Amino acid sequence: MFDDRYTLAYKRYPYQKSADQDAAKPVRHKVVVMGGGPIGVATALDLGRQGIETLVLDDHEGVGMGSRAICFSKRCLEIADRYGAGKPMVEKGVVWNLGKVFHRDRKVFEFNLLPEEGHEFPAFINLQQPYFESYMLDRFEELQANGAPIEVRGKNRVENVTVHDDHVEIGILTPDGPYKIEAEWLIGCDGASSPLREMLGYEFTGKVFQDSFLIADIKMKNNDFPTERWFWFDPSHGEGASTLLHRQPDDVWRVDFQIGWDVDRKEEMKEENIRRRLDAFLGEGVEYDMVWSSIYTFQCKRMDSFRHGRVFFAGDSAHQVSPFGARGANSGMQDVDNLGWKLGLVINGKAPDSLLDTYDNERIHGADENILNSTRSTDFITPKSDMSKLFRDAVLDLSEQYTFARPLVNSGRLSVPCTYDGSPLNSPDAMMEPKRSRPGSPCPDAPLGDGFLLPQLADRFTLLTINAEAPESFEEEGINVTRLALSTEDDPTGALKERYLGDNDSAIYLIRPDQHVAARRPNFDENIFRAAVRRAIGKE
Amino acid sequence: MTDTLTLTPNIDSPDDFYAELIATHDGLSKDDSDALNARLVLVLANHIGNREILSQALAAAALKQE
Ligand SMILES: Cc1cc2nc3c(=O)[nH]c(=O)nc-3n(C[C@H](O)[C@H](O)[C@H](O)COP(=O)(O)OP(=O)(O)OC[C@H]3O[C@@H](n4cnc5c(N)ncnc54)[C@H](O)[C@@H]3O)c2cc1C
Repeated sequence: MFDDRYTLAYKRYPYQKSADQDAAKPVRHKVVVMGGGPIGVATALDLGRQGIETLVLDDHEGVGMGSRAICFSKRCLEIADRYGAGKPMVEKGVVWNLGKVFHRDRKVFEFNLLPEEGHEFPAFINLQQPYFESYMLDRFEELQANGAPIEVRGKNRVENVTVHDDHVEIGILTPDGPYKIEAEWLIGCDGASSPLREMLGYEFTGKVFQDSFLIADIKMKNNDFPTERWFWFDPSHGEGASTLLHRQPDDVWRVDFQIGWDVDRKEEMKEENIRRRLDAFLGEGVEYDMVWSSIYTFQCKRMDSFRHGRVFFAGDSAHQVSPFGARGANSGMQDVDNLGWKLGLVINGKAPDSLLDTYDNERIHGADENILNSTRSTDFITPKSDMSKLFRDAVLDLSEQYTFARPLVNSGRLSVPCTYDGSPLNSPDAMMEPKRSRPGSPCPDAPLGDGFLLPQLADRFTLLTINAEAPESFEEEGINVTRLALSTEDDPTGALKERYLGDNDSAIYLIRPDQHVAARRPNFDENIFRAAVRRAIGKE
Repeated sequence: MTDTLTLTPNIDSPDDFYAELIATHDGLSKDDSDALNARLVLVLANHIGNREILSQALAAAALKQE
């Protein structure tokens, strides 16, 4: 009666009967997270670090087999680092900078990503999703051991939900039968096919792409394949409309074949057939073991609203994108980053409930940007009309000889964090530049002496002053703002100047707990910064 | 007025240009000609570069009345 829907890579939270199951009346919890995938676990890390009681319910007992996500972006790693899980990811992950683009049977060009210097984290890493999730669960257990009020319950399947004005009633099925609990807040992190969305009858609208992809993760035995990303458009060998190859840790390579819409899944998934494709693609003499394979189709969809009273949606349950550009887990982590501090302030009575509506507002902005980018990549990789294919091929043919056409080649755009332009939490920009750190932007990292800037900005409201005077701290409406005083002397590489000063001699930034800029000015003005704090917590 | 698309005569020796354009397609199949035209559009678009002008050019080519 309690079957797993997928195989586990790591059993991490075996079912244990909870006292709640024998309680005479449903036990009330502060925050319940439905789903213990990467986004649900991250949510518990964010809230748990703030001391907020959070219970994660998952209908499995650990991390699912098979690496769906493999590319994790800088912003995602920075957020994971704020939670204390980023460093092991980077240690294990693979960084690549060289990419090659092929069209039919020939290489048209190669490129070096040349990532910007002066950031603690690389532009992105390749890492199997099960590792990503495990490192976060390691951190979860560590926090728990240190007394953080977080808990995860395996084989606890949420079966029904009733929403009331001041709480949510949750019906759960376990191997020992059903029980009920209550939550003041419920966060649905239950994945793309979100049962919660279904139970509450919310729509998930957008575009379904009529194509499917066969992924094979293979472990190379005797090959020194380079650490590069290879993307084939219309390969004349290996029978895929497009094929992508890149490296993951442990000598595992991801091969993605675009195989069309009308496929016999069962037939395609037979090992002999997968090997036939792989052999044609990799050429003679390459030996490998199959690690994992799967066929997936994709869609670009989102909910109309990510907040419904006491219920929130985050991660794939709220929005789904095509995998090109690696925006799924990366944007889900940004959801958590955005919701965590807001919910914390509201629960602690420091901000009005309306602050939570800005989660919806800001993250829909982010989701739309991701959907736009991944739809464009998809349209380039799988052109939808003859004319679109004609131009796509023209771009590829030109790019072999002329560099001008290369920026038009779109085999997936690297996920970059979204700037919350126009957010109601931003104060008017009182500096014209640098543009990249205008209000709403995620703070760019910069080297400081032997460390980096971002870790110093985490988890609280910070007043970053560069070559400017300001009080060491001040309090506004119960919010403590702490100064981080820097000057040109702390900036040996000039990155701080380039990223935060531009041509200004001085600057003061009000930075939110999620490391996004709320306000900035060349110098301190108490009234203006106090107003900016009120605005950033939804009180203006 | 740098951001306005030129829609008045601007090509030196128009007859020569036109003949060269047609000659470039001589002997090509329909598919190859289509591909060449697509490449030509991209080459010219890159030369222009200016997004505003390009949008005006797309609208002009669609014979959209202002
Ligand atoms: C082929 C492929 C490649 C991808 N590549 C990338 C990439 O390179 N980079 C990237 O960022 N993203 C990528 N993604 C997307 C990424 O995998 C997802 O965005 C990510 O897993 C979403 O995490 P989540 O926690 O929101 O949902 P999920 O990982 O789907 O987790 C949902 C959890 O909820 C649980 N659950 C479901 N129903 C219930 C219930 N009723 N009760 C209790 N628990 C329940 C499930 O068991 C599961 O543990 C890729 C996806 C695919 C398919």
